[in-house]
Amino acid sequence: MPRALALAARPFTAAWWYLKEVMGENAYVHYLESFERRHGTREGAMGEREFWRDLTDAQDRDPKARCC
Amino acid sequence: MSVEIVRTEESLPPVAVVEKPRWTPAKIALWAAIAIIAALGWIMVAFVRGENLSASWFVAAAVGSYLVAYRFYAKFIEWKVCRPDPRRATPAEINDNGRDFAPTDRRVLFGHHFAAISGAGPLVGPVLAAQMGYLPGTLWIIFGVILAGGVQDYMTLYFSTRRNGRSLGQMARDELGRTGGIIASIGIILIMVILIAVLGIVIINALAESPWGVFSIACTIPIALFMGIYMRFLRPGRVVEVSIIGVVLLILAIVAGGWVHSDPTWSAVFHLDKTTLAWCLMIYGFFAAVLPVWVLLAPRDYLSTFMKIGTILLLAVGIIIANPTVQMPAVTVFAGNANGPAFAGTLFPFLFITIACGALSGFHALISSGTTPKLIEKESQIRLIGYGGMLMESFVAIMALVAAISLDKGLYFAMNAAEPLTGGTAQGAAEFINTKLGMPGVTTSPEFLQQAAANVGEPSIVSRTGGAPTLAMGMANILHGVFGGPAWQSFWYHFAVMFEALFILTTIDAGTRVARFMLSDLLGNFHRKFRDPSWTVGAWLTTLVMVGGWGSILIMGVTDPLGGINTLYPLFGISNQLLAAIALAVIFAIVCKSGLAKWAWIPGLPLAWDLIVTMTASWQKIFSSNPKLGYWAQHSAYKQALDAGQTELGTTKGVAQMEAVVRNTFIQGTLSIVFAALVLLVVLMALYVSIKAIRTHVFSTSEEPFVETRMFAPAGLISTKAEREVAAEWAASGKAPERVGGAH
Repeated sequence: MPRALALAARPFTAAWWYLKEVMGENAYVHYLESFERRHGTREGAMGEREFWRDLTDAQDRDPKARCC
Repeated sequence: MSVEIVRTEESLPPVAVVEKPRWTPAKIALWAAIAIIAALGWIMVAFVRGENLSASWFVAAAVGSYLVAYRFYAKFIEWKVCRPDPRRATPAEINDNGRDFAPTDRRVLFGHHFAAISGAGPLVGPVLAAQMGYLPGTLWIIFGVILAGGVQDYMTLYFSTRRNGRSLGQMARDELGRTGGIIASIGIILIMVILIAVLGIVIINALAESPWGVFSIACTIPIALFMGIYMRFLRPGRVVEVSIIGVVLLILAIVAGGWVHSDPTWSAVFHLDKTTLAWCLMIYGFFAAVLPVWVLLAPRDYLSTFMKIGTILLLAVGIIIANPTVQMPAVTVFAGNANGPAFAGTLFPFLFITIACGALSGFHALISSGTTPKLIEKESQIRLIGYGGMLMESFVAIMALVAAISLDKGLYFAMNAAEPLTGGTAQGAAEFINTKLGMPGVTTSPEFLQQAAANVGEPSIVSRTGGAPTLAMGMANILHGVFGGPAWQSFWYHFAVMFEALFILTTIDAGTRVARFMLSDLLGNFHRKFRDPSWTVGAWLTTLVMVGGWGSILIMGVTDPLGGINTLYPLFGISNQLLAAIALAVIFAIVCKSGLAKWAWIPGLPLAWDLIVTMTASWQKIFSSNPKLGYWAQHSAYKQALDAGQTELGTTKGVAQMEAVVRNTFIQGTLSIVFAALVLLVVLMALYVSIKAIRTHVFSTSEEPFVETRMFAPAGLISTKAEREVAAEWAASGKAPERVGGAH
């Protein structure tokens, strides 16, 4: 009964998806999607390693506040 | 239900669905049921009270009220003032760069925004306010968020979104003029300094003389460094993976802390006093602010977010399953006098500033302008993220309150009475509570307090002021009943201390860095080179100034002969609420300048209340002749005593200690005056521009020009049927721009 199984797994896959999104794990994927939207191609986009490096380095110049 | 489909371009599927709900009998029944649950909760909490009141009534009153407020009041604000335009593109869509500007799924952004606004504040304030009984705190947390905190967060987020995500300081400059902007910026920097310092005191009070706590918190630094290297060089982008590794290491650190605690040699190594810890915190804060973000700040932020989600869920589950019985009365004698040990002052105004985060927090305006508005897909989602996010934080505050009020009363007051009152010993604390506390019905014994300390693996729990240890005790009390049993009490206690420390350290790291940039920006007006972020000397100098600023207040607080936190916490609350006054004043001006003066009471009501509260509190802190309350009264009382050659006054013994009080009260008194003056100036300027706009009928604000949207996203938390159909249409058209987080 793969259908029942898929149905039972749904809350777990949803929770996993949400956790990854909120933690920012998919930032690179979304960067690529955004790049493609803007340029019509993924050519010329940063590589994965370069992207993550750039992401934290950008925060050096523009820090985000965390509340109390 | 009337459904209007909005299109901006013929070739594209619709960009929005505007639905006007119609009241069906089922809907009316649903909302009536929610209202009845809320009312029942309130009746039980406010009127029936009695013995054995269980925590679930607080949850019912809170959640029921939140739902009603979100559905009716927030919607009302949306209709009358914000008026989201379904055809208008948001900054995220216009400036999309896949990074700080990026259309982000509303549910994900809700999580991001909540993680950014919530920290230690909503956990600590309600715990301290519990000394007045649970009812005043509960009323303020719930009604405060509905009428003040939610309104501020929602409207700031909305107006900033309409202004390309500009910061509060920039909006103040645009709307109030250059002088108003500079005054607001100075106020914001000063207020951040105080906030960081007081949070530092809170955490030092939890860690001082606690080898277990110090060891496990110290471990978070190498853990974060390891995570940073892992993310940078080993497996970039594996955020969840590295966070899970971090949390496992963190739990190991808590367990290892127990071994350190029971080993005499190691226990001595990590047994640090408050002053040493304060210096450690300052050195740490300096390096955290100048080192590259990837080394310490980014990994710590991941860890903190992960723990935040986990622990808040854990606490919610714990409260619902354990359903603890409330021990504290609805209203205590300390609501009627100014003698409460946890913080000084009467219910009005001091309850309303002690509970800042959770009801109304000005700091949120810094997140709601700047960061979050650049990620919003649709204006119609701002109610969910701004108002909804704040409701969530309010619920965290209610949970913290429940944790505190379900503790034994004697234990609560023994933990929250400052050391000069208890002498720091179980005997002294028991004697103080049994004979001098002044609250009938509260008794305790030294044996009981000693046992309570032993249960959580601490040498003593007497005079662990500041709220964080009490909350940890309350959480341990609730969680060990659900997870693990009595043997786990010490683990949960240190788990809770750890997670509060993690929040606070993250705020200190990020806050110092942000404040450093604000200072560079301000100094850049006089010396251009400060604007260059790659100028190392400038970065180090400005960081040193900021750390020196909060560090000196921190040292002052931890060495304060009168207990520190009970005199400084009001200053923390006042500054946070004053920041809220700046934000609400800017919102008020924008509403009037948009020609909506008729609805200016929506931000005007919380602004007026906030001003009454903060100005009364500031007035009392500055002018009160009661030395327990007024900084200057205390200042002169000690000065006169010293001049008269006395060597002790009240609980303060020795000339050096008395001189410290004279010095501390001078600084606290001066800061109170400066803050109040800065905020009054901003409010007056806001009133001036508002009245000018109403008189001259010249309505103009700094709103960005309209750009038509080319994308679709649902408005509420759950998509409606019509929205799902439009989403399917986009998917079928093949033109759907994939949104951030929209893959699901």
